[in-house]
This record gives sequence, structure tokens and C-alpha cells, in this order.
Amino acid sequence: MSLSKEQVQHIATLARLSLADDEAGDVVDKLSRIVAFVDQLKTAPTDNVIPMAHPLNQTQRLRADEVTEGDERERIQANAPAVSDGLYLVPKVLE
Amino acid sequence: MSPSAANLHLRTLTELAQGLAAGEFTARELTESLLARIAAHGEALNAFVTVTADSALEAAAAADRARAAQNPAPLAGLPIVHKDIFCTAGVRTTCGSRMLDNFVSPYDATVVEKLSRAGAIMLGKSNMDEFAMGSSNETSYYGPVRNPWDAARSPGGSSGGSSAAVAARLVPAATGTDTGGSIRQPAALTGTVGLKPTYGRVSRHGMIAFASSLDQAGTITRSAADAALLLGVMAGFDARDSTSVDEPVPDYRAGLDKPLAGLRVGIVRQHFDAGLDAANAARVRAALAVLEADGATLREVDLPHLDLSVPTYYVVAPAECSSNMSRFDGVRFGHRAEGAKDLMELYCRSRGEGFGAEVKRRIMTGTYVLSAGYYDAYYLQAQKVRQLIAADFQAAFADVDVIAGPTAPTPAFLLGDKTDDPITMYLNDIYTIGANLAGLPALSTPCGFVNRLPVGLHLVAAPFREALLLNCAHRYQQHTDWHRQCPEAYS
Repeated sequence: MSLSKEQVQHIATLARLSLADDEAGDVVDKLSRIVAFVDQLKTAPTDNVIPMAHPLNQTQRLRADEVTEGDERERIQANAPAVSDGLYLVPKVLE
Repeated sequence: MSPSAANLHLRTLTELAQGLAAGEFTARELTESLLARIAAHGEALNAFVTVTADSALEAAAAADRARAAQNPAPLAGLPIVHKDIFCTAGVRTTCGSRMLDNFVSPYDATVVEKLSRAGAIMLGKSNMDEFAMGSSNETSYYGPVRNPWDAARSPGGSSGGSSAAVAARLVPAATGTDTGGSIRQPAALTGTVGLKPTYGRVSRHGMIAFASSLDQAGTITRSAADAALLLGVMAGFDARDSTSVDEPVPDYRAGLDKPLAGLRVGIVRQHFDAGLDAANAARVRAALAVLEADGATLREVDLPHLDLSVPTYYVVAPAECSSNMSRFDGVRFGHRAEGAKDLMELYCRSRGEGFGAEVKRRIMTGTYVLSAGYYDAYYLQAQKVRQLIAADFQAAFADVDVIAGPTAPTPAFLLGDKTDDPITMYLNDIYTIGANLAGLPALSTPCGFVNRLPVGLHLVAAPFREALLLNCAHRYQQHTDWHRQCPEAYS
């Protein structure tokens, strides 16, 4: 199936991706081809098949709720584009 | 350097370990000689994002001291390159993306930590498709890697920097990751040995996630024995990876030499259909005859849902990708757009600028198949078909021990040849994707040449039977010397 430009723009917004004007046409074309390709799954008979949750049928392991890490804030925030006093900076959210 | 230490680059990891143990040469001499090769050839191949010469020389000196004190670690002094998807403390980890161009991890991936603790020496970080999304290394922010057998061709992907570096004898071994074929396909296209272990066998901690239910770390080497040596160190339970499997790690080298008498090898008829290059098929059939001559018996098996494996993968992998990539928000780490007016614009522009075209396509495909109204038709249906594909393998392994066939449909293709149509590129992984969907161990070993380009034999086994795959590949390598062939420009 073919996706419209509006549909693709909506998906991009959901995915929080800005698309440059010169990118949009190519994205519509290639995404439509990918969707058409995966559409062949729809004809596979899968009545009564349980969807896979884990390739080896393992269940989720849990650990004890204990603090295992020390204070790593400075080391971790060294990768942040903008911090101040240990806080991450973002554009103003409330006026 | 002593005359006996000449041509160190042509030796396998196992041979280098023997040479170091015998005192034929030092770790320092070995490291220096390979760093010199990387300096001479690394740039033309574009196989490296980062070369860590200084820390490598220091580590080599430490390995030599440990050996002099008669206390060497199991891999003491052996050089390795890590795919730039593995976090390395203090050394930039880019994942081939503009998004992480300046990212320096505060910790080591478990794989990196285990190999370093065992004495392996990191020479650098290898180039790769952006976030491991690609089959040709052309999606890297740092440009495509070139194939040592023909610089106009792709070395495969996404672990293309690792495969090119090992094939060009710049390093004897490299780590890689495999989500749909990203270790095995580049190994096939460069004449190297690629091993993808069972899902959960090797820790994913510190390995930047692409599709978490499919990703697995492994190796690219020049022999099966070398892969066995490394897997023994890399495998094992890790509390920091929630899907790590708590199974004992066998001695993968112990059974390498066992003849293949009684081994049941399954052949899948559809593997040899129209999609496979005829000359490539002939090489694979000749390889099967070698296994037979060593005592294996061949029999046909059926994988009825094989044709659906690529479309299944291209729903499941993008869905998981779209979730994993949501961590890149321009706030905590990674690229941040300048001058955004509000939070929404900051997210959209940071991601729009930081990700390349293929990564965006996969995020959007994943977002689409997970979105309201489409989830059941695509994602849930794909997970059902995935169950059928896994059941096909399980049924086949009731009758055979390994399944053997081609690794890739053609030898290395020209750079730029498949970039216009994503589907053509995706179909490259048709023979390899099934093992990821079913969580199975698989390996590619060189099995000949087509037009002077290497092609690979693909072997798949039941979960946790890596030792059997390595035994099978090692025996094959005792009867053939395809894995010993070196591209002329790098001999």
C-alpha cells in the first residue's frame, strides 16, 4: 500500500523526527515500499498461534530492589549538551 | 624485531598466542607492527572510527611485564578491535552516528571488560552502519568502509569495519554484533569467519541497542579456533543484562578436532532457489561435499516459512528500534539542535539532524507498525509468524544437528549498487535473519571465490550448540584453505 504525505508527516511527528522538505518525498516513496513489502505477512495463516514473547521462552528475571550504584551524576552528565547545577537544561516549558 | 617475528599480521590469533607464549616476539612488537599496518591502510579502507595507539602500547607493555612475571592472562597481549557499538570507558563510542559523534561512555561494555581483563589489547574502534542499521556499511556517518578484496565494493554490514580490518590483516580479530546477519554477512563478503552466538549467550550490557530481542554480540576472526578462543572469554551470565542466560560456558576449544562422523547436516531446498547466484551455489555445494567426506551425512530439511523471515524481521526490528531510539532526545546525551524554541522542536530537530536517512526510515517504520490501528495487523502478526519460523527450526533440529547453506545471495556488491531500494538491500539477509528471529547460534566460514570475491558457508545449530558449529567449521578449515587466503594488496 502507498502512504500519503500527510500520513508520513503524522508518523514523523509521533516519532519526534523533523523531516527536511527535500527529504519528505524520498521518505514517502521508500516507506511506502517497505510497508508494501511487509504487507505479505497479512496473508500468512496464524490462527491459534501465540505471538513470540522471547526467542528462548525465557521469563523476565528480577533482581532485589537494592541500591547498587554510587553517585555518578557528574560523570554521567559530562555527556549532556547543557547542564547547570546538576540539572539538565531544556527550552522553557512554562511561561 | 627478531626475524622470526616477521609477517605477524598473517598469523591467526591462536598462532599469535603460541608465539607470545614461546617468547618469539613481545606484545609490544606485535602491537607496534599492527598499529603500523593500521596507519598505512586504515584510512584507505575507512575501517576505523578511532585508533587507540597510546593506550594499546601501554597495555602491551603491561602484558609483557605480566608474562615476564609468569602470570599472563589467557589472552595476554593479543590484539583486538571493537565495533564502535560497544561502550568503552574514556574512548569515544559513536555507533557510526552523528548523534553520538561526541559521546564518551562512563563505563565499559561487559564484552569489552571481559576481553580486557583476559589481557586482550584494544587497537581501536571499527566503523559500522549507523546504529547497526544496514547491510553494506554505507549508512555510517563516517562514510562507507571499503572491501579489501575490491575497494569499489562493500565489505558488508553492519560490522563492515570489523570484517574489513580482519580481512586486510590489520588485526587478527574483532568484535561485532548481529541483529539480522551483521556479523555473518560481512564475514562472508570479506572471506573471514563470523560467529553469532545464541541469543543471551553473550552479555548485551554496554552494547548500544538496536533491536533488543534480536541483538547478539559475537566475533569476526580468521579461523574457527580463534572464534572458540574468544567466545570462551566473552560468553557467560551477566546480571547487568536482563536477557543474559545463566548456562555454564563449555570449553569451546576442547572438541574442535573431532571428526564429523555421524553429524547430520540439513540442507534447505529453498536456499538454492532462484535468489542465489549460481556460482555461489556451486561453492556451497562443494563445501557440503567436504563435510560429507569428513563423515557427515546430508539430508534435506524443510523450513516452510523461510520466505516470510525478511518481512517478519522488517516489522519486529524497526518496532524495537523505534522504542530503543527514543532515548536520544537531545537532553541527556547525544546531538542537540541549536536554538530550539520549545521542547517539541528540540526533540524533533535534534533527532532529525542527528540521525541519517536509514535510521529515520527504520524508526518511522517501527512507529507505524506499533501505532494505534496497525499494531495487530503488523506487529502482533509478525510475532506470530516469528513463532512459526522458530517452530520450523525446532522441527528441523529433531532430524539434523546443523543446517548448512549459503550466507549471502551474492559475493560483495558495488558500493552504491543497492542504496536506491531498501528492499533489495534488506533481501541480502535472507539466509541469516532466521537465526536471529529464532535466537539460534550461527556461523559463516569462507568456502571459495566467485570472480575473485569470497563467499561464505552458513551453519546454524540448536540453542547453545556453538561448540558444534565451531567443530564443524574447524574440521572444514582443516580440509580447505579458503580462510587462509589474503587479499593481494594486504599480504
